[in-house]
Amino acid sequence: MNLKSETLTQIDEVILHYPTKRSATLPLLHLIQEDIGYIPQEAIEWVAAKLELQPINVYEVVTFYPMFRQKPIGRRHIKVCRTLSCALMGGYKTCATFEKEFATKLGEVSPDGEATIEFVECLASCGTAPVVLIDDDLYENVDSAKAKRLSDKIKAEAQRRV
Amino acid sequence: MPAPEQRRIIFKHIDEVGYTNDIDCYVRNGGYEVLKKAVTRKPEELVDEVKKSGLRGRGGAGFPCGVKWSLLDRKSGKPIYLVVNADESEPGTFKDRYIMHQDPHQLIEGIMIACFANNVKQTYIYIRGEFPHGARILEKAISEAREKNFVGPNILGTTYGCEIYVHRGAGAYICGEETGLIESLEGKRPYPRIKPPYFPAVLGLYQCPTIVNNVETLCHVKYIAEVGGEAYAKIGTPNNTGTRILCVSGHVQRPGYYEFEVGKITLGQLLNEVCGGPLPGRTFKAVIPGGSSAKILKVGERYKGKRKVGADMVDYDWGIEDVPMDFDSLGMIGTMGGSGGVIVMDDSVNMVDALANINAFYAHESCGQCTPCREGSLWMKKISARMVHGDARPEDGALLKSVADQIAGRTICAFGEACAWPTQSFIAKFGDEFKAYPESKKAPKQDNALELV
Repeated sequence: MNLKSETLTQIDEVILHYPTKRSATLPLLHLIQEDIGYIPQEAIEWVAAKLELQPINVYEVVTFYPMFRQKPIGRRHIKVCRTLSCALMGGYKTCATFEKEFATKLGEVSPDGEATIEFVECLASCGTAPVVLIDDDLYENVDSAKAKRLSDKIKAEAQRRV
Repeated sequence: MPAPEQRRIIFKHIDEVGYTNDIDCYVRNGGYEVLKKAVTRKPEELVDEVKKSGLRGRGGAGFPCGVKWSLLDRKSGKPIYLVVNADESEPGTFKDRYIMHQDPHQLIEGIMIACFANNVKQTYIYIRGEFPHGARILEKAISEAREKNFVGPNILGTTYGCEIYVHRGAGAYICGEETGLIESLEGKRPYPRIKPPYFPAVLGLYQCPTIVNNVETLCHVKYIAEVGGEAYAKIGTPNNTGTRILCVSGHVQRPGYYEFEVGKITLGQLLNEVCGGPLPGRTFKAVIPGGSSAKILKVGERYKGKRKVGADMVDYDWGIEDVPMDFDSLGMIGTMGGSGGVIVMDDSVNMVDALANINAFYAHESCGQCTPCREGSLWMKKISARMVHGDARPEDGALLKSVADQIAGRTICAFGEACAWPTQSFIAKFGDEFKAYPESKKAPKQDNALELV
């Protein structure tokens, strides 16, 4: 497992927050996913060994919680809210715009490797619907026009990285 | 009657220009003074104040906080835990987010007061995974508070200490259910536990006595410690005391969060005056008053009966606009105050489509433990999705209802009710629209027709 030393330090620290090791399952999975981008089979077994669990105990967590992924995604993670309040304000059009801009279907990595788009459940910002979470940042009032602007911004940032 | 003014107690500093989420700003504005006084009092006194205040949980169930605390098993010898439910995921709800991002120390002060009152030495803040900035802000705030001796061992020169850790969720709505949350904190799939016997107050986190309280509720606890339970009980209305943050979304001119005394504003005042009424050229059609799990209200309905006002039973005859926004009134008319998430739909919305959107949510979020919910929520989603995208039949409404009727009351947790009530109430109130749907969907769609599923 090729984790950064900083990740390993944080892992050892967070295990101490709980009286039983198993409680550190979610924090460890978050740390690993932030480090290497996803949770491979190797990581599931590593976490199980670290927390003195059986691999199934970790696997059932990875497969249940929507935020944990077992495959890599695009460099940017675009999560559009699909639940009622956002849908009432045009959330479906917003999602369709992102899919069109990156020429990709939900859950896949876009052809340029830049984005993965997910249609997720309520992000708790219904008053400023439609809302979109791009990586860690929340964007509000994202109609189709703003979705296009955000897509352009992501693509421009990708260009600058090259 | 004009709408009352907002009373921003919890949201006092939200969106305030120049107010920052660091401890220096909080202390400059009088922060942690209440905690300083609280630790000089007897813990039982503080529990008593909360009981007197009549504070009801602000997470969705509206369960009296003082009662919850008094159910704690203090004799078991096991450590007592406080778990802060910061999993805000009920569709239509957006309030705890702002407290945690903009005024985190208010929450921390509320937590420490609640912990002191209940002899809690260890607290976990379970924050939903989709609030990554919120988790970092809270961690920073906790370490700031620790530095100033407000959190950690021996706070404020006393022998009392309590540690707070932030624990991030990973995208599951059922982690907002208190026992599901506890299972998730223990590192497992969030399968809720059956109550009895697994009342968190007796057998909670690690099978120890545990209080699970919502973020907003704990901020109210801080205010109650400041002004006293009696004074707090004078705010709002009898049995529905204090203020609450109402979150309005959907088809209104001014969606957003508004803090009012509970029961002192009606739904009509809220939607028409505070939120500016419907969008141009539209009329209100339906309102879900307490998060998507609450039963829907139809504009044009009337609610009649008798209710207690003071010592008398008084007749009431309300239109949707007359309903006071408090737990009891909303419960009386067949819905609930819930999380305070008010979702407004206007005449551009097709109710079959709206229900299909909601059913897809519950089908996704069902933990899968209980057969009626696991199978039923999926069937309801498939039926309503088929109605919208495939063939619809006039009898589909009755079919949906028959599925929903077999879920509610037959599950380990209240998610069964939560996924059944939307379908039951939509069919009950908009049944004609469901019957007419096979024909009406053949008509060419308007340009602005909403895709909801």
